[in-house]
Amino acid sequence: MLGLEKKDATLLLIVFGLTMLAPFLLNPFPEGSAMAQFNAGYPDLMQRFVIFGIFAIGFNILFGLTGYLSFGHAAFLGIGSYAAMWMFKLFGMNVIPALALSVVMSGLFAVLIGYVSLRRSGIYFSILTLAFAMMSYALAYSVLATDMDGPDRQGLLQKGLTGGETGLQLTLQDPRILGQKAAEDGNLPVPNIFGLEMRSSAELELGNWVFTFSAGYYFSAVVMLIAFYLSIRIFRSPFGMMLRAIKSNQQRLNYTGLNPKPYTLAAFVISGMYAGLAGGLMASMDPLAGPERMFWTASGEVVLMTILGGAGTLIGPVLGAGAIKYMENILSKINSDILHGWFAFLPDGLEDFVVAIIYPFIGKGWHLTLGLIFMAVVIFLPGGLVEAGQRVARMFRGKKAEDDSKSASTEPAE
Amino acid sequence: MSKTNLTRRGVLKTGAVAGAGLALPTYLSAGSHTGFTNAPGDSSVTLGFNVPQTGPYADEGADELRAYELAVEHLNGGGDGGMLSTFSSKALDGTGILGRKVEYVTGDTQTKSDAARASAKSMIEKDGAIMITGGSSSGVAVAVQALCQEAGVIFMAGLTHSNDTTGKDKKANGFRHFFNSYMSGAALAPILAKNYGTDRKAYHLTADYNWGYTTEEAVRSSTEAMGWETVGQVLTPLTQTDFSSYITPVLQSDADVLVLNHYGGNMVNSLTNAVQFGLRDRQVNGKNFEIVVPLYSRLMAKGAGANVKGIFGSTNWHWSLQDEGSKAFVKSFGTKYGFPPSQAAHTCYVQALLYADAVQRAGSFAPCAVVEALEGFEFDGMGNGPTLYRAEDHQCFKDVLVVKGKENPTSEFDLLEIVEVTPVDQVTYAPDHPQFAGGALGTCNNGA
Repeated sequence: MLGLEKKDATLLLIVFGLTMLAPFLLNPFPEGSAMAQFNAGYPDLMQRFVIFGIFAIGFNILFGLTGYLSFGHAAFLGIGSYAAMWMFKLFGMNVIPALALSVVMSGLFAVLIGYVSLRRSGIYFSILTLAFAMMSYALAYSVLATDMDGPDRQGLLQKGLTGGETGLQLTLQDPRILGQKAAEDGNLPVPNIFGLEMRSSAELELGNWVFTFSAGYYFSAVVMLIAFYLSIRIFRSPFGMMLRAIKSNQQRLNYTGLNPKPYTLAAFVISGMYAGLAGGLMASMDPLAGPERMFWTASGEVVLMTILGGAGTLIGPVLGAGAIKYMENILSKINSDILHGWFAFLPDGLEDFVVAIIYPFIGKGWHLTLGLIFMAVVIFLPGGLVEAGQRVARMFRGKKAEDDSKSASTEPAE
Repeated sequence: MSKTNLTRRGVLKTGAVAGAGLALPTYLSAGSHTGFTNAPGDSSVTLGFNVPQTGPYADEGADELRAYELAVEHLNGGGDGGMLSTFSSKALDGTGILGRKVEYVTGDTQTKSDAARASAKSMIEKDGAIMITGGSSSGVAVAVQALCQEAGVIFMAGLTHSNDTTGKDKKANGFRHFFNSYMSGAALAPILAKNYGTDRKAYHLTADYNWGYTTEEAVRSSTEAMGWETVGQVLTPLTQTDFSSYITPVLQSDADVLVLNHYGGNMVNSLTNAVQFGLRDRQVNGKNFEIVVPLYSRLMAKGAGANVKGIFGSTNWHWSLQDEGSKAFVKSFGTKYGFPPSQAAHTCYVQALLYADAVQRAGSFAPCAVVEALEGFEFDGMGNGPTLYRAEDHQCFKDVLVVKGKENPTSEFDLLEIVEVTPVDQVTYAPDHPQFAGGALGTCNNGA
């Protein structure tokens, strides 16, 4: 199907099913129940799942296939966001041209940064990309942010190119030459795709459950499916094979007379464009672009996502992105009051004790939990969550499958 | 390499699933029609407290959260009622808001616009918060205010001092009780002239972000208006912790006043560096070298220790104020937590009460009704004397405190002494003042 092998087609169908049914799958607990705290089926978080999924899929094309560890990928995320915002400000609120410019701009920057950084490999490459990302951050944060000497307070560039720490926002004074300057009620217009507003949503009430279907989420999900499909095609193409060859032994490749540079640069640019697309989508869902999107912690986050999910696997990065965003948004919101509510059935002293034990790991301590899980995954499951899934599947399939995998592993390579 | 393995049954199955998935949303009617976003049920109402729990302003955030918890307790009729008894409006009766019990959810802004918006969005979309409040940075306040305007909920700003929050970036659904950079400049200038004279040469070190710019602009224009000259201006990165390299050029210039447009940890470090370099013992142009900190807080004074002694600054509120409202608030806060509240705690507590009162007076949670109730609202008994919520820009106008570091502090909380209470008339400005121009409130948004 679609030029895919059966296994990949099944995977794509599974991802399709999961994304389309996400509002149901992520809202398993009825409204108002104690477990409703763990529901993740609200538009903002679902959008984040798929957008960071795209970001991680793109990162995986570089890191998973070529083994080049970029520590500055967030720069492209930020560039994509700023590009989309300027499209909204100058031309109109349709997201298609905004996303197009995001991809193009981040691609251009990726060529530039990649050309310089890829002259080195290993740790030096990582440090170079990190340096470029922090330069972009500094530029966005202050150099391009504002003009202290002669602020033209009414003008378009009153807050410079990036708006600095406050971020780049829409204003009613923006020209928007192809679209409406303001909505009918005098407020800021909303990003839309040919009239369908990204923030519009429908709700379905079934008993105690409320499911929200957001236009923005489904748009992002479709974009992610396309991105996922493209990534499968890249993984299975001769180009992808070449990237794997670079990962396994670059020197041997050099000796066989092949120049790996164009391939690594192409992979770098493609993954930069994925990041730009994700950044553009972020701005489309929530029209604001801030410099902290380019900070090195954001770059580190996508590395975590990819490794947590399983570097070099197709679905891994998406799972990793989902896991981290879930913890960031759900775990971090559990406060001590909620804990006391859960353990209220215990005797007082014991309740306080249990809460005191759990408290460091929730709320603002969610980073600690993430760190522990990350360590556990790296130590016990080097293949990430995907490996965990495979192990579970193997356990269920029992001995027969084990024999199969044994015979499969002794087969010669194609 | 590619292999298509289509069966009739397979195509039918996937087609049916995909069709159902795509068609489902179109079947559904949009939302429930209450007329505004997150209309509360009959028994309870949820407020969203979005404060920095991690990052550089985590101390302020923790104090803000304490204040909100206290406010919720008082609104629900618990505790001693705090400022409810001194508040000039008597609409609130300790039975929650419009008879609904007040509940709350919390979020972490991390003092980052992105994180703050994500947290506010989840409170609005997931927890059904009807109002978002809090924050300890102007960047965050501006970002969250814009979000609340789009989503159709009310935003009651926490600690945000930049002119832009109710200037260039003002929004119809957003309200600020805290004072701003312009007010600091206008209140400080006469005191500085009286103590240091009118022929001074000032050097500005300014935090390189939105709040730093507007504060420098405000202090510069009000001090230049009374005869001071600005001889130097340097922007410092927000993440800077060692300011030595910025202090050396000050020594080489002929400046005799250093203005530190820094807040929080920045100010603690830059002031400490300045004192270590012996700036305060210097004589320039035959005058004593002086240091000014436009925005003071008790938490900062605590961090800088003995270095703040005698240094002038401004503040929104201080716990040593002796009016009835302040005394009631300090008493109930102190009883609950064991120490006096900071100005961040005060402004957040007052904002929560003002919102509840506006809903009560309007008789509705609908944002537009609340906006109408708050616009032009005059009140008293909240610790700052008679106060006006101006309709044109949703900024509170009230007296401003000029403080200085105490020479002989009696406790770890008694670090600032009030030099003057600048009357409100002196810090009032026209809504279209150049430092505030360029924005528009827009119209109030009720959301879905």
